[in-house]
Amino acid sequence: MPQTASAFADVAASDAALRRFLHGLPGVDAVGLQARAAALATRSIKTTAKAYAIDLAISMVDLTTLEGADTAGKVRSLCAKGRVPDPADRSTPRVAAVCVYPDMVPVARQALAGTEIKVASVATAFPSGRAALPVRLADTRDAVAAGADEIDMVIDRGAFLSGRYLQVHDEIRAVKAECARPGGEPDAHLKVIFENGELATYDNIRRASWLAMLAGADFIKTSTGKVAVNATLPGTLLMLEAVRDFHAATGTRVGVKPAGGIRTTKDAIRYLVLVNETLGADWLSPDRFRFGASSLLNDLLMQRQKLSSGRYSGPDYVTVD
Amino acid sequence: MSGKPQKAQKPQKPQKSQKPPKGSTQDRHDEQQTGRTGQDRPDRPREERTTAVRLNVFRTYKLFIGGAFPRSESGRVYQVTDTAGDWLANAPRASRKDARDAVVAARKAFPRWSGATAYNRGQILYRVAEMLQGRREQFAAEVAAAEGLPPGTAAARVDAAVDRWVWYAGWSDKVAQIAGAANPVAGPYFNLSTPEPTGVVAVLAPPESSLLGLVSVLAPVIATGNTAVVVAAEPAPLPALSLGEVLATSDVPGGVVNVLSGRTAELAGPLAAHQDVNAIDLTGAGPDPALARELEKAAAENLKRVFRPRAEDWTAGQSTDRLLAFLETKTVWHPMGV
Repeated sequence: MPQTASAFADVAASDAALRRFLHGLPGVDAVGLQARAAALATRSIKTTAKAYAIDLAISMVDLTTLEGADTAGKVRSLCAKGRVPDPADRSTPRVAAVCVYPDMVPVARQALAGTEIKVASVATAFPSGRAALPVRLADTRDAVAAGADEIDMVIDRGAFLSGRYLQVHDEIRAVKAECARPGGEPDAHLKVIFENGELATYDNIRRASWLAMLAGADFIKTSTGKVAVNATLPGTLLMLEAVRDFHAATGTRVGVKPAGGIRTTKDAIRYLVLVNETLGADWLSPDRFRFGASSLLNDLLMQRQKLSSGRYSGPDYVTVD
Repeated sequence: MSGKPQKAQKPQKPQKSQKPPKGSTQDRHDEQQTGRTGQDRPDRPREERTTAVRLNVFRTYKLFIGGAFPRSESGRVYQVTDTAGDWLANAPRASRKDARDAVVAARKAFPRWSGATAYNRGQILYRVAEMLQGRREQFAAEVAAAEGLPPGTAAARVDAAVDRWVWYAGWSDKVAQIAGAANPVAGPYFNLSTPEPTGVVAVLAPPESSLLGLVSVLAPVIATGNTAVVVAAEPAPLPALSLGEVLATSDVPGGVVNVLSGRTAELAGPLAAHQDVNAIDLTGAGPDPALARELEKAAAENLKRVFRPRAEDWTAGQSTDRLLAFLETKTVWHPMGV
């Protein structure tokens, strides 16, 4: 990222410089943001465009299971579902990734062998992130060593909200360093979770987006799915705009992943509209946009069945997760 | 509303300098602004103050989906007339998306309704009958208008509908005794068969009997723990839409009964083909055998239970046929002794 270095070389030189930069970002027009998100959500996507959107959305799903009760069996069945989302229709695309806790990475790795489906692992004491830095780094190292293609880290919201931006920045850097694989294998991609529901303001979301992108995030992700407020359309739109501005300034393309609370095809298509309108078709790819979801896939499959057969489908015709 | 008095004055448009006609918008504005009512205005004769014609509040009939009263998603309505062809009201003309929403609501309501004790369901259904009884006059008027019956006959139909509802409510905790069994088996087991509700049932209400016929097809479906999506009689949907208001105030959980009005042929197709509907009662398709046949074919896709249309006299007595038509049998083997 030579351009990043030149454009924002001295931004993270000190805590004061970073704060000056982040607080110098223009404030968010909350009403305008919500109005734009709401206006874009009214787009009507039908027939062939809908079929395209559904297939695209399926290929963007990070099929997720992040429960204390996860077992190897559950992870395997989820992987099987990721490989063949709809056994009755082999033309259904595969999901982008399966997202699990670090200890389940080997199981998922094995179950997904021979496919292009990525294994994503949450790390850094997900979901709270409240552990000492060495522990969080060890968590990441462990997941990378087990074969995770993607690491979903959480930022230290406490540090962020108290204004210790440089600490958050350096921690993201440190986790990014742990994602590297020296032996010539591709590095693990780093997704940085902000937990928008805990950041309280749109301004904070914008700052967190810039902070994470400056620190080298490959993806920025809205939330863990473990708190009351998860992905929202305005919050995601704001992150997409930050990604657009960052790309304009540095030429670096960062991905976005809304997660949590996206359950229906209608929701998913609204997000795709946001992406297309904000970032353009370049981002309409699983490499740049993902959905963190577990129940969304079933609804996408039911809608897909409806489109191909003409009759409404039901939950009896998709797997129970 | 406010335009009416002005309409009478149309030829001479009220000029700004002109004093506005009595009862006009501006006049009422004055009242609001001064905080005075017409009653204590000395410049008005008393007669005029008291004989002002009250405008009726017209009822906008709505669908009943998931315990709420939405308009049709499509925004469409159709005219409902009495048997003489005079306009009665506009009823929502539901689309297939409304049908889909209704099925989703019914599916969501199913675990709670089927999981309630049969006794509790019976109590709730009795309460529906109580509420129905309390609105007897309204229903009698609606039925009389819809079916062109003399007031006495219409009232008798409403009474019969209430009685029928009570009859089916009573069956709620008794159906297991006649449809279930303790089966003799050659082994050290109890073998018990119990009736279970089949799930979401789509009901096409009979067009010829707007309330009694509706109750006769709806009550047996929900008494056993199914949830229902009802397509009201196409020519006479008003009693059915009013029944939604009764259900909403009788402790029936939202979504257990969903009432759609519109073109039966338009709504029945998606319901018959819907993969998340477990059974369909084709009674309302009776007058159109070709439609009934098509629906039965569509319903075969996911092996729905189908109740075929047959000639019925709704005023005659009732039977358990419809109660037993929408049940599954669960058989349990339980070791004995030990």
